[in-house]
Amino acid sequence: MSLLLKNISLPLAHFTLEVNIEMQRRVTAVFGPSGAGKTSLLDLIAGLRRAQSAFIQLEDRVLTDTTKSISVATHQRGIGYVPQDLALFPHLSVRQNLLYGSKSGRAGNLLFSFEHVVEVLEIEPLISRGVTQLSGGEKQRVALARALLASPRLLLLDEPLASLDTALKAKIIPYLTRVRDEFRIPMLCVTHDRFEALALADEIVVLVNGQVLQAGPVLDVFNRPASADVAKITGVETLQPGIIADVNEGLATVKIHDMTLTALAPATGTREVFVCIRGEDVILQREAAVASSVRNRLSARIVALRTEGALVRVELDAGFPLFALVTRPACTELALREGEQITALIKAPAIHLVPR
Amino acid sequence: MTADEWQVVWFTAWVSALSTLLILPFGLALAWALARRDWPGKSLVETFVTLPLVMPPVATGLILLEVFKKPGVIGGVLHRLNCDVVFTWRAVLLALSVMSMPLLVRSARVAFEEVNPRLEQIARTLGAGSWRVFFTITVPLASRGIIGGMLLAFARALGEFGATIMVAGNIQGKTQTISLAIFENVQIGDDSHAYRLLGVSVVLAFLAVWGSEFFLRRKKTT
Repeated sequence: MSLLLKNISLPLAHFTLEVNIEMQRRVTAVFGPSGAGKTSLLDLIAGLRRAQSAFIQLEDRVLTDTTKSISVATHQRGIGYVPQDLALFPHLSVRQNLLYGSKSGRAGNLLFSFEHVVEVLEIEPLISRGVTQLSGGEKQRVALARALLASPRLLLLDEPLASLDTALKAKIIPYLTRVRDEFRIPMLCVTHDRFEALALADEIVVLVNGQVLQAGPVLDVFNRPASADVAKITGVETLQPGIIADVNEGLATVKIHDMTLTALAPATGTREVFVCIRGEDVILQREAAVASSVRNRLSARIVALRTEGALVRVELDAGFPLFALVTRPACTELALREGEQITALIKAPAIHLVPR
Repeated sequence: MTADEWQVVWFTAWVSALSTLLILPFGLALAWALARRDWPGKSLVETFVTLPLVMPPVATGLILLEVFKKPGVIGGVLHRLNCDVVFTWRAVLLALSVMSMPLLVRSARVAFEEVNPRLEQIARTLGAGSWRVFFTITVPLASRGIIGGMLLAFARALGEFGATIMVAGNIQGKTQTISLAIFENVQIGDDSHAYRLLGVSVVLAFLAVWGSEFFLRRKKTT
């Protein structure tokens, strides 16, 4: 996919949305706190909103160019949109909702068959129901299928998991990855959930107060935040690709390079995961071999110390880069110094595994 | 019921129904434009449409008479087209339409405003043009308010008196509606005549309200 957003300027209530970016990967996550202008950006791309100035190009087609007064009408853009509230048509059945887009004259070049989409998203049992009788997760799948059946060239997803509880999220993510892999439609996914971004996206755009703070491949942005602001938003200090070697009684043994960690097993059966550890969940200890309930104890070398307000950010080498956040008094008490060896403790539930 | 009475009832019913159908496209278009768009002169148009609701009907009738009478601007043109309005059944239709229009526009406008614009926007992303969105999303979702407005307009037309008598007169067999006939019969002391027509108007009103309730309930369950 290539989606070019140039000279975007849209005044919003508290700031101006200003974007200048080219998205190249198949799935891009627009990541940022709520109220950052993410939905407004999607509305602009879909042509539902007009910007003060904007140049939007999808592949080789210019959709918006305010300098030439070009603005392709929403219904001719071929951009699917699943909004946060899903916007299923309440007066139509599931089947009628699904068929709404395929009846819009683009029916001649359907990208995917009705049966295929229904099968992949497991909608068959719901098809003759009214949309008001569906559960949250079912609604999500129907909205996704409806957008796909209109044969879009780009799919916009606004917080696809925000309205679902944790258990349902785990159930919906595989559907989203299946849509990504099966139909190979470029997706732009707005989210404020880092695990959602990790699970879905190849590329990430960090948007705060209408400004793009950083953009690039997911791992780069999470591991090497360009600024303290980005680091604060992404929140995960340690992010490493790992492989689940074994799952036993709900506990997974994960390998990062040749290091082994114990974590809670994820709901899905994928072996390839991202290992996420927050800095505040890493405990540093001087003396080794005190009996405790902590599952992971790693011998690490202190690479760097950086004071961040009341906290000190400790960069460790534990066979992989590991970050710990400790208070300044704790740092003094332990007399942490660069180059020294120390033991890092991480409880198994503090290690979050995200399928990749 | 005499043949004359039946003629009055029949005339009133169909001319009321016709006026409701006549104002439907204009009323819906205007209600939509008021609910969904901002344009210069909007509040002025809004006031004009509501005027017949608050002005004395006789005054509205007088204005219509002045505009549509033969030497008048519009009346003159229509006369040359061989389409006289005042003191014909067309005048009844005109009076009923003008008097019932505000009721349709107001209900339909509220109904349109209550339709979530996000649904219309998403319909557009699914490839539907403005007309398709209007007829497949907006109107069905606003249908209860629209039907309610049509019913109110129809009921208002059935009972219209002041504007009708000004612009159409009270000509038996030609422009006389139930209301006009009741008034005339009471005036000349023919009460039994008046009471029979009273009974008919109660039945008509009842059927209209009950029919629409029945329709709306069925719509809700499906």
